[in-house]
Amino acid sequence: MSLRPVFTDLEVGQELPAHTFVVTRETLLRYAGASGDFNVIHWSQRHAVEVGLPDVIAHGNLTMALGARYLTQWAGDPGALREYGVRFTKPVVVPDTDAGTTVEITGKILELDGDSRVRIDLTVTSEGQKVLTQARAWVHLS
Amino acid sequence: MPLDTGFIGRVYPATQPYVVSRAKIAEFADVVGDDSPAYRDVEAALALGYPDVIAPPTFATIVTLEAAYAVVHDPALGLDWTRVVHGDQRFVYDRPLRAGDEITVVVTVESIRSMAGNDMIVLRGDVATVQGEHAVTSYTLLVARSAADSV
Repeated sequence: MSLRPVFTDLEVGQELPAHTFVVTRETLLRYAGASGDFNVIHWSQRHAVEVGLPDVIAHGNLTMALGARYLTQWAGDPGALREYGVRFTKPVVVPDTDAGTTVEITGKILELDGDSRVRIDLTVTSEGQKVLTQARAWVHLS
Repeated sequence: MPLDTGFIGRVYPATQPYVVSRAKIAEFADVVGDDSPAYRDVEAALALGYPDVIAPPTFATIVTLEAAYAVVHDPALGLDWTRVVHGDQRFVYDRPLRAGDEITVVVTVESIRSMAGNDMIVLRGDVATVQGEHAVTSYTLLVARSAADSV
């Protein structure tokens, strides 16, 4: 178990540690299987290019899942999320290379309420572009 | 052609029950490299106060996205699904899903609006156990882009 944050030690405006996730074609293949989302733009470059994308792109919900992992890891409790929402703004383009691409996530505390709940705003980027916006969560610290 | 706003408030029948399994939870957690023991080890989950291993927060997409797409393909609604992209996604949790849960989704058309030729529809998916215990609500914004837009 990671060291859990203590609610009374937190402050509005506080930045949470950054985390970088590697996303490769294998990640997309595994996510397709795990989620049941087999849309061709997530595995066929030919189809992705046909609809005007630069290359295969990650499932938006996979990027969202990485954000959830970031939040629960910080909270030290996989059941800590009370609310979590994102807007899919730009695709995460995943080239067919061993390195794939990366998704960088940082968080900032927006609000603390009287019920040990923390409102967190995520910044989620890939290749320097914001891929999710309005990525916000309420996390309950027990 | 804008979507018929008469569909707002329409409730679709509950989806077929889906049984959450430990194996599927572990598979889902593996994709994002999440090694939290609460997703794999019953004892660890019990220590955290859960009756069985719990599912990662976005696990519900397995059932909610499929339920949403069923609505998108409803011919009566008349959405051009080839132009549909997933705009926003939000989950509100009562409790984590967990192994052994037998769940269904009831989709309600929350809102419909048109802007600059794009149709925007918000589908609410209420995920509950077949015993009637509510676990999570999903809000999915789907955008059907105007035919004039280049994709």
